[in-house]
Amino acid sequence: MADIAIAPRRAKTEIREATAWDQLKHNRNWVGFWFMVPALAFLIFFLAYPLGLGIWLSFTDTRIGRVGAFVGTENYEWLWDDAIFWLSVFNTLLYTFVASAIKFGIGLYLALLLNENMPFKAMLRALVLIPFIVPTVLSALAFWWIFDSQFSIISWSLKQMGLITENINFLGDTTWARICVIFANIWRGVPFVAITLLAGLQTVSPSLYEAAILDGATSWQRFRFITYPLLTPIIAVVMTFSVLFTFTDFQLIWAMTRGGPVNATHLMATLSYQRAIIAGQLGEGAAIASAMIPFLLAAIMVSWFGLQRRKWQQGENND
Amino acid sequence: MTDLPTSRIDLKAVLHSSAPTVAKDDHSEGMSYLQSVPRRLVTLYLPLSIIVVVLLFPFYWMGLTAIKPDEQLLDLDRFNPFWTWNPTFKHFYKLLFESHYPMWLWNTMYVAVCATILSIIASVLAAYAIVRLRYKGANMVGGLIFLAYLVPPSILFIPLATVVFQYGLFDSPMALILTYPTILIPFSTWLLMGYFKTIPYELEECALIDGASRWQILIKIVLPLAIPGLISAFIFCFTLCWNEFIYALTFLQSTSNKTVPVAIVNEFVDGDIYRWGSLMAGALAGSLPLVILYAFFVEHYVSAMTGAVKE
Repeated sequence: MADIAIAPRRAKTEIREATAWDQLKHNRNWVGFWFMVPALAFLIFFLAYPLGLGIWLSFTDTRIGRVGAFVGTENYEWLWDDAIFWLSVFNTLLYTFVASAIKFGIGLYLALLLNENMPFKAMLRALVLIPFIVPTVLSALAFWWIFDSQFSIISWSLKQMGLITENINFLGDTTWARICVIFANIWRGVPFVAITLLAGLQTVSPSLYEAAILDGATSWQRFRFITYPLLTPIIAVVMTFSVLFTFTDFQLIWAMTRGGPVNATHLMATLSYQRAIIAGQLGEGAAIASAMIPFLLAAIMVSWFGLQRRKWQQGENND
Repeated sequence: MTDLPTSRIDLKAVLHSSAPTVAKDDHSEGMSYLQSVPRRLVTLYLPLSIIVVVLLFPFYWMGLTAIKPDEQLLDLDRFNPFWTWNPTFKHFYKLLFESHYPMWLWNTMYVAVCATILSIIASVLAAYAIVRLRYKGANMVGGLIFLAYLVPPSILFIPLATVVFQYGLFDSPMALILTYPTILIPFSTWLLMGYFKTIPYELEECALIDGASRWQILIKIVLPLAIPGLISAFIFCFTLCWNEFIYALTFLQSTSNKTVPVAIVNEFVDGDIYRWGSLMAGALAGSLPLVILYAFFVEHYVSAMTGAVKE
């Protein structure tokens, strides 16, 4: 009996004598820390540090191959008076709003269509996603060819139909160039919106629609009062991502127009590339890139509130 | 943010059925029998086929241009532009044997595979620690990683270029292998966190009682159960790497080091009026590996895409 009474006490003291090494190996917080090291190392060295460095660079006059000095807000003051910068802000906002709105409209419509019962639906859904898989630059090249000034297949078809007599100068005319890049962006973004919204649609129980039909709801009412409210949270998240990636788009524009004609399709991202890397003014380019941050923060806030609302709708703890 | 409620989506259902599984189980067809065939033709099949044709036309056009002989490409009057009766593989031949294209393809593959593997390893460890070790501040770290997902490459490339230069990585594939994970880790960590949450905690408790260390639990219990999640993360990361443009454009200089998207835009675009054939052949050859991969793993791909949004 005495032995039994003593044994656990001894065990306890042994645990208390755990060395620092044991602590590092078994303490929950330390083990967690060791597991986080690789990911944190990447994110700190190649994401957080450059993010800070970018903001610092925007306050200096750094050029390629030359360390710059602190110049305060000179870069920003200079940009404030720069008509091309403001044009790029306008282009970016126009591009983002028009493309996102249409992507949302067509994406939601396509999701509703794909949610119907029909033959070959699995194959159709797989096909719809292909524009999203193919690298943006490569499909942008296809659009560049489709919108060629002389050999455009669209111009040719319209001429055959007798609708126009002259080739349309798709990427050479400011208005047409804007329409073309927005179209290409929509083309690439619709599959993402459609497939993610489709995933949301499938969580809506059909019994809700049946009940609504028995109550005499029209198809618009069914969409407005059942589908739309149940989809709102996922719409908020999907559209935040869509807006964010449209706003910071670079590759589509660079492959199709490089910002031309007469800067009509320059987005903030392409302008900062042109100023920083091609012209070598790293400080000024960084200032343009940093000017995007407030817009991105606004988009993230929308996402945050979308997620909060979803929490509120679905209850706190059904994890 | 880490403990957001998650409504699990039946991912097979996303691709293979229209109604949720509820409807499938009781063999009802929903209400579609209420609609007549002509009505469905106008409200469903017509708009759907228009959208699908528009979505797929550029690929048809890309493929057709790649196999058309040069004289047919630019002569729209004598030849029907929508079809060709004498396909040629000249453009592909030129691409594979008279340019650096195979090398660019290899570079892209090499960078994508290395960056993806690095990111998956880092994300598995991070996701497991956040979801299951629940160390102090785990939720906050999860939220920060989500924020990192929202930081776009377009605002990072300028400072990263100087960082890459300082570390002596400029113009080497290592520059891309080390910077791509900043795009991939946040995404795959969130995806894997979702998968790890679905693995019953009891399994791990059993292993802990049997004396397994956290490392053993991760390798022998959690990872084998999370294989679908790992495949999804891998494929999606691989696609993102292949698609990445701005870092590759900024950090690489010499022709032989470039990746496919950058090389095609910079090296193939010259004044030659007959460039279209080889340009489109290059675009097609650069897309094919991804499309083939996608064809085999459609479900994993969709689960990655919707998963990242849902979690």
